[in-house]
Amino acid sequence: MSKQWTTVIVPKQKLLELNLKEVWKYRDLIGLFVQRNLKARYKQTILGPLWYIIQPLFTTIVQTFVFGWIAGLPTDGLPQFLFYMAGNVPWAYFAACLVGTSNTFVDNAPVFGKVYFPRLTMPIATAVTAIVNFGIQFLMFLGFTLFFMIRGMDVHITWIAALTPLLILQLALLGVGFGIIISSLTTKYRDLHVLVEFGVSLWMYATPIIYSASTLPPEWSSIILLNPVAPIIELLRYGWLGAGTTPFFHWGISWATTFVVLFLGVVIFNRVEKTFMDTV
Amino acid sequence: METNDIAISIEGVKKRYRLGVIGGGTLQRDLQSWWARVRGKEDPNRRIGAKQYEKDETFMALDGIDLTIQKGERVGIIGHNGAGKSTLLKLLSRVTAPTEGRICIDGRIASMLEVGTGFHRELTGRENIYLNGAILGMTKAEVDAKMDEIIAFSECGQFIDTPVKRYSSGMYVKLAFSVAAHLENEIMIMDEVLAVGDMAFQKKCLDKMNAVSRDQGRTILYVSHNMNTIRQLCNRCVVMDHGKIVFDGSVEEGIARYLGAGGEDDFPVFYDYSQKVRRWRVGTEARLLSFRFLHADRAIFERYTPVPIEVTYRSESDLEGLQLVFRVRNTQSIGELGAMLSAPFSARKGEIETVRLTIDCSQLLDDRYLGSVELIKQMAFGNYAPLDNPDAYMPFQIMNNRSDDLRWIKRAWGNLRLNDMTVDSVSDRTE
Repeated sequence: MSKQWTTVIVPKQKLLELNLKEVWKYRDLIGLFVQRNLKARYKQTILGPLWYIIQPLFTTIVQTFVFGWIAGLPTDGLPQFLFYMAGNVPWAYFAACLVGTSNTFVDNAPVFGKVYFPRLTMPIATAVTAIVNFGIQFLMFLGFTLFFMIRGMDVHITWIAALTPLLILQLALLGVGFGIIISSLTTKYRDLHVLVEFGVSLWMYATPIIYSASTLPPEWSSIILLNPVAPIIELLRYGWLGAGTTPFFHWGISWATTFVVLFLGVVIFNRVEKTFMDTV
Repeated sequence: METNDIAISIEGVKKRYRLGVIGGGTLQRDLQSWWARVRGKEDPNRRIGAKQYEKDETFMALDGIDLTIQKGERVGIIGHNGAGKSTLLKLLSRVTAPTEGRICIDGRIASMLEVGTGFHRELTGRENIYLNGAILGMTKAEVDAKMDEIIAFSECGQFIDTPVKRYSSGMYVKLAFSVAAHLENEIMIMDEVLAVGDMAFQKKCLDKMNAVSRDQGRTILYVSHNMNTIRQLCNRCVVMDHGKIVFDGSVEEGIARYLGAGGEDDFPVFYDYSQKVRRWRVGTEARLLSFRFLHADRAIFERYTPVPIEVTYRSESDLEGLQLVFRVRNTQSIGELGAMLSAPFSARKGEIETVRLTIDCSQLLDDRYLGSVELIKQMAFGNYAPLDNPDAYMPFQIMNNRSDDLRWIKRAWGNLRLNDMTVDSVSDRTE
């Protein structure tokens, strides 16, 4: 029998069969999902895509008021407004990847139940959609940085800013990695979904966004920096504003964590995607 | 059999589902249940009165399916609800994986288990064509090439740049079907999707499917309860029952087998209605209890010999003017062929009564039929009131030992031979 089959369907898949080739074949689908997400979200809204800017802007203003003015937390000598925004914008991207992908199976069960396409296209589309939002918000952040620099504030861009694409990619991998682990588990346990929304808001406080790692006692900061998102935020802030810490050692640990999470995520996702329709 | 002509090869495929509740839905409940089991107590999350399923109690939705489909075949899959048809299609379209066995497929599969999968309400018709096409496995370039054809086929050209949420449900399915019908895939899997739109559009869909199958040699797997579409579209028929394939062969035979339900060798003569749940809205005044073809081991009768039957019934009150209706249905069509009405009889309150009747089958040609009985009561002005309808079909066969039907064309003239005409005169000559 030398017959070449297009598809062979068997009960179990190999542990690490990624089918990346198949995902690539469906790249048009990813593009269309991204388009759909972007278009559908702000149809029949008053401000439309302006919301992309309003959300982080207001969060930053409120944080500046509460944590900056009232609580008076130190911000490494940076303008409070810029300091908070530099943390908020990347964090929002990470949270969007995580929360967005954590619903993959449950939200798409009606579609997944009727037709096959590589399930991994959905989380990828979520991460790509979020990067468009992030891009707009990041431009806004750059605008404010420039404005503050022209006003003569002590803000300067360092060489670490060149690492930005790598740092953002890492945020996406981390977010998607955690997201697909949770999405695989939510096919059975729906309450994990509640945990995600509330977990993400708590996680933010374990990340140096409203405070700087440099203000913590050393033993505390080394614990906080084990949070894989923490070194990324610190490096981004140092890169674009020129103050804070540059925890390169912890960044290495963060990459290791990223790979472990992503690996676990893909393995679990692969196991679940073939039969989740029976349990969802 | 040339292996290269095989489109789909299914070998020993089984699909097992666990019975009972799969998990409590929340982690907390699962832990609670687990803790209760550990202590040997009753599961607090079990529904009161619910059956306790053993851990390994399972249900085989598919129980060993072997099927080979050649390229260009148009296979209709029929069977009663729960026979496993949809599960089989789900496995083929890779929505879920089999528990055992292997399925090999040569060619791209387009599964249309439902039309309009992934349509987004807010997007326009055109945007949805792209999205739906991509979900079904087309690239953007392929959709571009087919775009005009799809829009023309859908009859939605005027509204193509309007969000689909403004579409009527008819337009919606027309558009959805058009996308699916224009896929370039070699194998098409369809689950009753043709039951969409108005009659004219349904015909257009069938013609389209016929055309793609005949002209482009595509393979089609089609599940439906509509025998007419199976007849029009398919050239091979697979009948499934309880997760197994019970028939594989020609379309007409398959349909007869499916509608005949009992199978070729099985023509029971006795039916017990007393435990049967009544589906139709009937009163509780009187109940048919049983039905029996008398003096026969199997319900196979000679056309010109009267068939004696016996029916038992019970009534809650004294009733006059009861009548039995014996309906006859052809196994190959839906809808009654005709019915026989009995002379009136009566019932006494609370007694189990037995009525013996004789059926005259002399107008039925040799074939398999399905009989069913109904109890009615005569009312004033020639109306009648239905009293009971057990809704059970009883297969029986008519044989003809004489040669008077040899030249009867069933296809054109039907299965019912009404009384022959007499010729009284020809051009005023007396014959």
